[in-house]
Formats: sequence, C-alpha cells, structure tokens
Amino acid sequence: MYDIKAYFEAETIDEATRLLADNPNLTIIAGGTDVLIKIHHGKIQKAELLSIRKIKSLEGIRKLEDGTIVIGPLTTFTQIINDPVIKEDIPILTEAALSMGGPQIRNVATIGGNICNGATSADSAPSLFVLNAKLKLKSQQGERIVPIQEFYLGPGRVDLKPGEVLTEIIISAEDYTGYAGHYIKFSARKAMDIAILGVAVLCKIKEGTIFEDVRIGLGVAGPTPLRCLEAEEYAKGKSISGEVIAEIGKLAVRSTKARTSWRASKEYREHLVEELTQRALKAAVVKAGGEEIA
Amino acid sequence: MLKKISFIVNGKQETLEVDVRESLLEVLRNRLGYTGVKKGCGVGECGACTVLVDGVPIDSCIYLAVWAEGKNIVTIEGIAKNGELSKVQKAFIEEGAIQCGFCTPGYVLTATAMLESGKKYTREEIKRELSGHLCRCTGYQNIIKAVEKALAD
Repeated sequence: MYDIKAYFEAETIDEATRLLADNPNLTIIAGGTDVLIKIHHGKIQKAELLSIRKIKSLEGIRKLEDGTIVIGPLTTFTQIINDPVIKEDIPILTEAALSMGGPQIRNVATIGGNICNGATSADSAPSLFVLNAKLKLKSQQGERIVPIQEFYLGPGRVDLKPGEVLTEIIISAEDYTGYAGHYIKFSARKAMDIAILGVAVLCKIKEGTIFEDVRIGLGVAGPTPLRCLEAEEYAKGKSISGEVIAEIGKLAVRSTKARTSWRASKEYREHLVEELTQRALKAAVVKAGGEEIA
Repeated sequence: MLKKISFIVNGKQETLEVDVRESLLEVLRNRLGYTGVKKGCGVGECGACTVLVDGVPIDSCIYLAVWAEGKNIVTIEGIAKNGELSKVQKAFIEEGAIQCGFCTPGYVLTATAMLESGKKYTREEIKRELSGHLCRCTGYQNIIKAVEKALAD
C-alpha cells in the first residue's frame, strides 16, 4: 500500500484551488506515474494528495479561431500522439510524446504532470520550449500566464506558487506557423528510458536558403530544460550551409550547464549537444522545404 | 480511509470498500483473487501488472484502486470466452511465446487491445506497442511473432 495520509478529490478548478488554499501540504496528483513512484521510493512520505483527475475542464486539446492551440494539462501522452491538430500544426510535440515511457505509461501520464514535476529530462519540455508555450496558472487569488522558459526554476522546482494549479498550456499561432521542426531523444533504450539528452529544433526558412528563425530547446543539458539563445541569435539571417550549422552546434553548447551523472558524463553530453543540434537542424531544414545538407 | 467503489471486472459487477492507499493491482490480486495480474517491479517499468481499463492497457501497480470507480476492467482471466482461448492466447501457444509465463498475461492484454483497435501494425509498430513489457526470459522474438500472427488477417 502507498504511504498516503489523506486523499482529496476535486471536480472543478475552483474546488481544487480552494482545497489547496486550505491545505498547503497537498500534492497534486493526475496520472500518478511520477507521484506514486515518488511515494513508492519514500521521496514523498505521508502523502496528502489532491486528485484533479475528475476536473473535466482540464482535459483535451482545442484550437481557437486565431490558431492558438490550448492543451489541457490532463491530456495524456497517448491523446497528444493521436490528436490531429497537434500532428498537423506542432508535430514536434507528437514526436516528443512518442518518445516518453512506454504505451501503458503514455496512456495515463499527463502533459501537465510532465511539466509540473520540473524534471530537466521531461520529454515534452524541449518541444514546448521551442514552441514558446505559455502556462496559465490559477489560484484563489486569480490567474497568471507564465512563459514555460520562466516556469522551470531548478531541478524538480517550478514556479507553481502554493495554491496554484496549471490549467492551460497555450501555444500561439505565430510560434508554429511557417516553422518546421525535429526532435531527437538520445537514450540508451528506445522505450522506457530517461533521456541522456533531448533536442528540439524549430526553424523557419526564407527564400529557400536563409534561416529566418531558428530555435533550439534542450533537455538534460542543465538543471532545467533550456534554450540556446546565443546559437539562435547567430543563426538569424544566415545562409544555410554545413559550416553555419556546425557553428550553430558549437554555439549551442555555450548555453548548456551539463553535469555528469551515471547516465553520461558532462563531456559526452556536451558532445551530444553539438552533434545532435546539427542533426536535428538538418532534418528540420528538409522538413521546412530547404535543401538536404550532408 | 475506506472508499466504496463499483466497477466491472471481467464482465462481473463488483462493489467493495477499498483503502485509498491500495493500488488496483493489490485490489485485483488480494481482494478479488485475480492472481493472473502479476506484481513485477511495482513502479510501472515491467508491464507484468498490465490490465485493460475501458479497453486501454495500463500498469495496475501505479494506478490507485479508487480510480477504477465506474470503469470496465479486464484481466487475463477475462480473455478466454466459454472455455475457449482467444486468438491472441492461441497465437502465443502456437509460436511458443511463453517461457516462465510471468510476463505473459501483460503481453496478452496489450496484444488484445491492439487486436481490438482494428488497426494494422508494422513489425516496428508492434515492437513499439509492446515496449512497455519486459520478458526476463528474453523470449522477445517469439512474442513478436505471436502478436504478428494474432493480428494477421
């Protein structure tokens, strides 16, 4: 049996924020694939859980008239994979979702949980970082919207204030229209594994040969997922070539703060950042209609 | 912390009081006697505890029993109908896809969900769909062959 001391269930967002306001010790549980394992390993003891599983308004994916995509945090990875809007407009998230865990985990694990855990290895994070996803957080005091890049504070730490619930993951049309992307999860096994490095790249090409915009998001290259702003800045306006892409790979490493763990050394991770950024960018260029670069 | 829940297991309506601390695995095995649901790793890595919840494979070790309220659960005990093995079960026997048998119930349930989806799967897709299961006898080739056979025609 799990070491659970109290279990509450909310059916509306308002009920959830009220329960959270009354009891700051509550841990929110949705799919449970992380929280229950933390309890199993004793990382959470005498857990006081607030289940948000029954809150219908937190489910599903909507596309608004202006093209904004709104993902409910209770959306499971399987639902993301099968969603036609995601597949059509932001397939980089479909690719990331497919790389997470295995089928049984994807059937229950939620994207909101993946984000709120604050893991640098969260499979959705590199893609959501390059898509400039914004997070809507609600509490009894009101709501606020935070860019995902500012939401991650440190290992396992996110900017979820006491009493707050993540209610929407928002992706604006301008952040995906005209872009093509590619995602690479580098891990020892194809399934049921944690990334040694996750790389998501989005690019927009003008006149067939020039980088109008490049965005690079990395997971496990630092204490939080991150963007490679120096490399992105360099890429803007450059003619697409093997040399330019090689330089982007090199510059990408400068934004990282990789560390050594049993999975891989800092040096190996930095090597992967340089190499996989190039591979992902080359694949993205082709998808964006550019020439293939060897 | 007891909570009364009602759900269907292998076609049978069950109503019982469960402890909110119990996993679905524990309730199915220890309270209802469905010992075909195997406890392997206990952390959702090995897939031995896989059951179908409303037709969808999940790891019952990391699924609280209270979440089963109103759901339709199928365990390996619910796969054979009227004493006759299912197509998937027969394919596992024909392909010799069973060694110690501990992982088999989970594999059969995932393969059953694949069959019932009506989708066509390539060999690579079959491997991906089965990737949430571990066979520590390492009899993967025959398991993949059995699933291919069950899904054929």
